[in-house]
Amino acid sequence: MSEPNVSAAVSPAPTFSEALPKIPMDWAPLLLVPVLALLMLPLVGSFPTWVTLTIAGLAMGMMIFIMASGLTLVFGLMDVLNFGHGAFVSVGAFAATLVLLPLRGWVEADSVLLNLGVVGLAIVVAMLVTGVLGWAFERLIVMPVYGQHLKQILITMGGMIVAEQMITVIWGPEQIPLPLPETFRGALIFGDAAIEKYRLIAVAVGLAVFVTMFLVLNRTKIGLLIRAGVENGEMVEALGYRIRRLFVGVFVAGSALAGLGGVMWGLYKETLTAAMGSEIMVMVFIVIIIGGLGSVGGCFLGAVLVALVANYTGFLIPKLALASNILLMVAILLWRPQGLYAVVKR
Amino acid sequence: MSELLLELSGVHTHIGQYHILQGVDLAVPKGGLTVLLGRNGAGKTTTLRTIMGLWQASAGSVRFEGRDIAAVKTPDIAQAGIAYVPESMAIFSDLTVRENLYLAARQGEMDEKRLDWIFGFFPALKKFWNYPAGNLSGGQKQMVAIARAIVEPRKLILIDEPTKGLAPAIIQGMIAAFKELKATDTTILLVEQNFNFVRSLGDTVAVMDDGRVVHAGTMAELSEDRDLQQKLLGLSMDAHQ
Repeated sequence: MSEPNVSAAVSPAPTFSEALPKIPMDWAPLLLVPVLALLMLPLVGSFPTWVTLTIAGLAMGMMIFIMASGLTLVFGLMDVLNFGHGAFVSVGAFAATLVLLPLRGWVEADSVLLNLGVVGLAIVVAMLVTGVLGWAFERLIVMPVYGQHLKQILITMGGMIVAEQMITVIWGPEQIPLPLPETFRGALIFGDAAIEKYRLIAVAVGLAVFVTMFLVLNRTKIGLLIRAGVENGEMVEALGYRIRRLFVGVFVAGSALAGLGGVMWGLYKETLTAAMGSEIMVMVFIVIIIGGLGSVGGCFLGAVLVALVANYTGFLIPKLALASNILLMVAILLWRPQGLYAVVKR
Repeated sequence: MSELLLELSGVHTHIGQYHILQGVDLAVPKGGLTVLLGRNGAGKTTTLRTIMGLWQASAGSVRFEGRDIAAVKTPDIAQAGIAYVPESMAIFSDLTVRENLYLAARQGEMDEKRLDWIFGFFPALKKFWNYPAGNLSGGQKQMVAIARAIVEPRKLILIDEPTKGLAPAIIQGMIAAFKELKATDTTILLVEQNFNFVRSLGDTVAVMDDGRVVHAGTMAELSEDRDLQQKLLGLSMDAHQ
């Protein structure tokens, strides 16, 4: 046999009839969310309250996922512990005010189109600002400390402090109110259950981000390269790809996603503070540890679990609410020390 | 002597405080299979990684097609036509066999005829085409690693101990595969400790010890000279038959 002539490039789909051994699907982590929700129903007692708590938990989970997804990819691909990720959340939220405050008329208008337009514009601006900031952050702060975890923690935390102080310098030390657009306010009533409109929007945006990330990571070459890079960056380079460019791209995308999360979180809280990013970071880190460092699917599941547990605990045992996330993390790590969906690393 | 595709001259490589390669001189003729022999720790893997740019040479030159690539980045070395199959295989276990090969096909899509050619000597790859590579056996993973290196024509393939830990039946399949590769005039630099495996395949041979090449010649010459085998390798190849 000799080497074939290389002719027209086609993507083959070999067929075969032999039965392949089935790969068991790891369903257990996926079942945690419905099992938890169903277990809580009798404890909560009231179905409408349970629905409200569950939707609130899902909405909060989606917003945390948006903020955490970039961080988990950055850690998985670049092995960088970015403790400054919260800076992008804060900066994103404050950057949105550059649009939302001057266009207050659009925000207060009783028009879905104007409200969506102004929020969409604010999100674009926030993601652009945080994307550019992420690029600069990677170049100036992260790049000199690749492979040095302790220095990464110190310098990225320092970066976050600087970013928070810069926010204070630019926007002042006072809290800034960020009103929800008019048509996003209020609640929809399903039977006896009241569900805030904005929470449904947050769930929709979170799901859209997750589906987009899933498709990019599984259906595109860049996504395959990211997944391959998470597992073995050196081999990706040996195949002829410049993983440094991939690093920068993922860092910028992760920063922009944190910016999006910051806008969503800011609108949810309706108040902005420079420290809002650093305050949410504890929860973000718990989420990516529970999910499995580097795993986007695990991050999604972890975010939903953390938020649901926080909401249910806050309702059932308020005094335990603050510790609920830590207890959840301990329980998950005792079960699966690498997180719900461990990422294979070389 | 045939034209050289790769030539290392006085290459030194440090890894941290350790001085691993201490002046390696190695010539790899074009179109042949050169075997790099030596005991564990002699510097064989470091030599391959230095050629690939994964570890930078601290001194000396690595000339590929006449151009010094000692300071060139790994992606550029790969794009120049050098493929690398590490000892660990380094397959992407989360990706399917198809996706592993797809990433190696930098031109974009994979060529169907070339894939059929690869399936000819690695039929398991066709069977497990859409299967996660991490679920394959060790031998099948090695097939993925080698297929990834040859899914597009390369000028030089660096392969590090491909038979390590594999069953004899799979090693026979590897021998057939390498004979196929040799028939395509692909230049191969193969690190191996399985003497029988390389004896039937190698054209030229270099033996390393303590970070240097201590012997270079033809495989036929080394195969026939038991005294030389004893001297260089500490044992006769016949003992491994």
